[in-house]
Amino acid sequence: MQEIKREILISKASEMLNSGAVDRVLGWKKGEFDYDITPAIFRTADELEKEFVWNDFCGANFSKYLVKETGKSENKILVFLKPCDTYSFNQLLTEHRFDREKVYAVGVSCDGMLDAGRIKAAADGISAVHEDGDKVIVDTLYDGSLTLDRTAVLPDRCVNCKSKKHVAYDELLGSDGDVIDSARFDEVEKIEKMTPDERFAFWQNELSRCIRCNACRDVCPACTCEKCVFDNPNSGVENKAAANSFEEKMFHVIRAFHVAGRCTDCGECSRVCPQHIPLHLLNRKFIKDIDNFYGEYQAGAEVGSCAPIVNYTTEDLEPGEAVERGDGNA
Amino acid sequence: MRKVSLDKLDLLFSAISGAGTLYIPVDTEAGSKYEKWESGKTLSNALNTVRSAKDFFFPQTENLMDFKMEGKSIEVIDTRSECEDFVIFGVRACDVKSFEVLDRVFLADPVDSYYKNRRDHAVIVSMACTKPRETCFCGTFGIDAANPDGDVVCYKTDDMLYMDAKTEKGAKLLEKLASVTEESDDTAVNEQKKVIAERLAKLPLAELSAEAFGSGKTSVFFDAPEWKELSESCLGCGTCTFVCPTCQCYDIKDFNTGHGVKRFRCWDSCMYSEFTKMSAGQPRLTQLERFRQRFMHKLVYYPTNNDGLFSCVGCGRCLEKCPIQMNIVKVMKKLGGSIK
Amino acid sequence: MIDMKEPLIPVVGVVTDIRIDTPDVKTFRVVTPDGKKAFEHKPGQCAMLSIPGVGEAMFSITSSPTNTEFMEFSIKKCGCVTEWLHSMEVGQQITIRGPYGNAFPVDTEFAGHDMLFIAGGIGLAPLRSVINYCRHYRDRYGKIDIVYGSRSMQDLVDYQEIINEWAKDTGVNVHLTIDREQPEWDGHVGFVPNYVKELGFSTDKIAILCGPPIMIKFTLAGLQELGFDKTQVYTTMELRMKCGIGKCGRCNIGSKYVCKDGPVFRCDQIDELPDEY
Repeated sequence: MQEIKREILISKASEMLNSGAVDRVLGWKKGEFDYDITPAIFRTADELEKEFVWNDFCGANFSKYLVKETGKSENKILVFLKPCDTYSFNQLLTEHRFDREKVYAVGVSCDGMLDAGRIKAAADGISAVHEDGDKVIVDTLYDGSLTLDRTAVLPDRCVNCKSKKHVAYDELLGSDGDVIDSARFDEVEKIEKMTPDERFAFWQNELSRCIRCNACRDVCPACTCEKCVFDNPNSGVENKAAANSFEEKMFHVIRAFHVAGRCTDCGECSRVCPQHIPLHLLNRKFIKDIDNFYGEYQAGAEVGSCAPIVNYTTEDLEPGEAVERGDGNA
Repeated sequence: MRKVSLDKLDLLFSAISGAGTLYIPVDTEAGSKYEKWESGKTLSNALNTVRSAKDFFFPQTENLMDFKMEGKSIEVIDTRSECEDFVIFGVRACDVKSFEVLDRVFLADPVDSYYKNRRDHAVIVSMACTKPRETCFCGTFGIDAANPDGDVVCYKTDDMLYMDAKTEKGAKLLEKLASVTEESDDTAVNEQKKVIAERLAKLPLAELSAEAFGSGKTSVFFDAPEWKELSESCLGCGTCTFVCPTCQCYDIKDFNTGHGVKRFRCWDSCMYSEFTKMSAGQPRLTQLERFRQRFMHKLVYYPTNNDGLFSCVGCGRCLEKCPIQMNIVKVMKKLGGSIK
Repeated sequence: MIDMKEPLIPVVGVVTDIRIDTPDVKTFRVVTPDGKKAFEHKPGQCAMLSIPGVGEAMFSITSSPTNTEFMEFSIKKCGCVTEWLHSMEVGQQITIRGPYGNAFPVDTEFAGHDMLFIAGGIGLAPLRSVINYCRHYRDRYGKIDIVYGSRSMQDLVDYQEIINEWAKDTGVNVHLTIDREQPEWDGHVGFVPNYVKELGFSTDKIAILCGPPIMIKFTLAGLQELGFDKTQVYTTMELRMKCGIGKCGRCNIGSKYVCKDGPVFRCDQIDELPDEY
């Protein structure tokens, strides 16, 4: 259940469209079922009224769409951002990927977004999903109504939410929160405690399912290269074949390195993976290591912050120390 | 019609394995997928596999040929070999129909021998769907989930598996299973078919119609203004293409192994920005053109070239897997094919 | 090993001659290692040539099928495969498969007609196979007019053949033009579409156009102004191709595959295709 109601978002967006302050609104659009919300651009108050949705399935992060959208027009676009989305927003700004002047950012407080996959797995067919306090009621096609605990169908990124604080907005709807001392590195620690062989086997198993669909890269706000190295035939790593394990695994490791220090831990990569690979764990490992070696740093917390790994200081860690400090877990 | 009790499935699978390598859908952490059967592996109860059955005939990667280069000379090495017989068990009606869609492309003249080789050696054992999901719409394309095609069609009740041969290949397979199955009448199956038909009629997408689309409709839909809205959040990731049972676009690439060259083919997607790019230019400059291409192909171009057959089987995988929840149902409804 | 013929598996060809046509066009002569043509073809058809490890691409066969000794390809250097081909030496082996595509209806719709060939730049390459076919079976066709233009004199492909053979045939009129004046050129100067209008052809002909899309667009408009109907004008289309046999899904315009239903199209057929090219 979201604290803030849909009507408030629509009212804000309609007001700005009608006054001409913005000519587009980036929001969530109704789908066929309660859970299949599509990111969409709304241009009239009428469209908003008919199709805008704000519910517990609005996991999509719009920051990345701003890169293209601000380039398309001289006018402003309104974008709704949940706390985690605001980190991506700041990071993209830090990287000068879009024009801040062309965006009216509306922060929306978020109580966690449900994992549609987990809900679908609970039943053989769903006709409706709605909430009742801390419960999720699923109307199924064949087994009547199921009641699930909300916490059981939240994705990992929401269970271990890192921040309810909106780090960027022009206006805020709902209450602002704090950065949370979350347990988001717990899963990473579990893997770190494995032996190298166990760890290898774990990732071998997970990554072998990769079908090189590139959904993770395409949804990731840190991946905004106009010509991705994996689309470049001359790079030697361009491939859709998923022909060998090197290619499947190295794609993810290379990509994790490319976004290290810039990943805002939004969790979209894992949400969209059709093969349920927990990709966010790779990125969290890097965040944990960077915190460990260079001091706590979260990309996107502030605009203009400089990621430790591109910021050379005399206090930087020496490689030998990295191994020590990592206690073999590095 | 034959039948076997569900607690004897392992014996059944063992007997089928005698006729060829057997693949069955098996549950994994990431959903159901086809795996080679070994004793002890249990049949998944999931409605369908995450990856479609097209993998068996049109694998994601496949070596086409090798080359040996020495100085200025080239040797072409044909690496094809006769496939072994295999059986795919538990194929749903949608996926079985997808084979027909793929056949028309790969078996059209000039025949793709790699595909034909595998196709000829396969026995399809299909399974009717007792509990179709909200994302199913095979009926829109004339497919009856209660009456799938296949060499052998199976029906699963609470305690029995019924098997009915539909083709000569199927009959031959059932003969091999005579010792582990019993003769049966079709009462239970007919009952189940009725139940399935009722359930299909109640699905949320049961009223979706493809009437507006089909052969010769290019000029009706090509310039529709709705494409802009439909394609605007498409990431161009290609997930839809890869999970779709009927998508068949492929790329041919060379791989230099250091000891020679392997020419292989792999899945490709018309949604990718490089798909139609050539040195003379790029006919599909933005995601709108690419998005439009995929759906026009499925709903108009393919039927135009294939006697009205649609290149979509209503399996619902794109509804499940698209990262931004765009899919063919939304496209069809938006463009005007909604009520039957 | 399986018995069936596989269309994607090529045969080996060897390059026996390389002629430098222009700064970026070379004409390659290809036969099998035992000196024969790799396969028979019809005018307008294409073949897939490749260097394993570099790539494979579709090229129109510029020699006429009436050439019994070898096949020729005039290739412009503009990408990875073509760059490699240009760096080849005589004796280099390549792979070749084909023939692909529909052909010009030389024996049906064209027979008995006056022919008007209009080409720009490398666009002469596919038309050359038709021109030489018509020259070979001279009495099956009426008057032949050839309008050909390029950026400069050095960019005219097959220049020697045009001057020494085509221009000398009875009933064959060659009209060459270049885009901008050059001191060593005393022929016509001007773009092909304008030259066609200046020359003013009567409409009792079949016209075949081939060249950069913009040239085709304006020339077609010019022909229509002269009174030509789209059903009298043929052209070829080009898109990125991989399989060449209508299966990989890459080269379609609407429901037509350029590798299989083309590359030859009549201009009224193009009107029926969606505006995607």
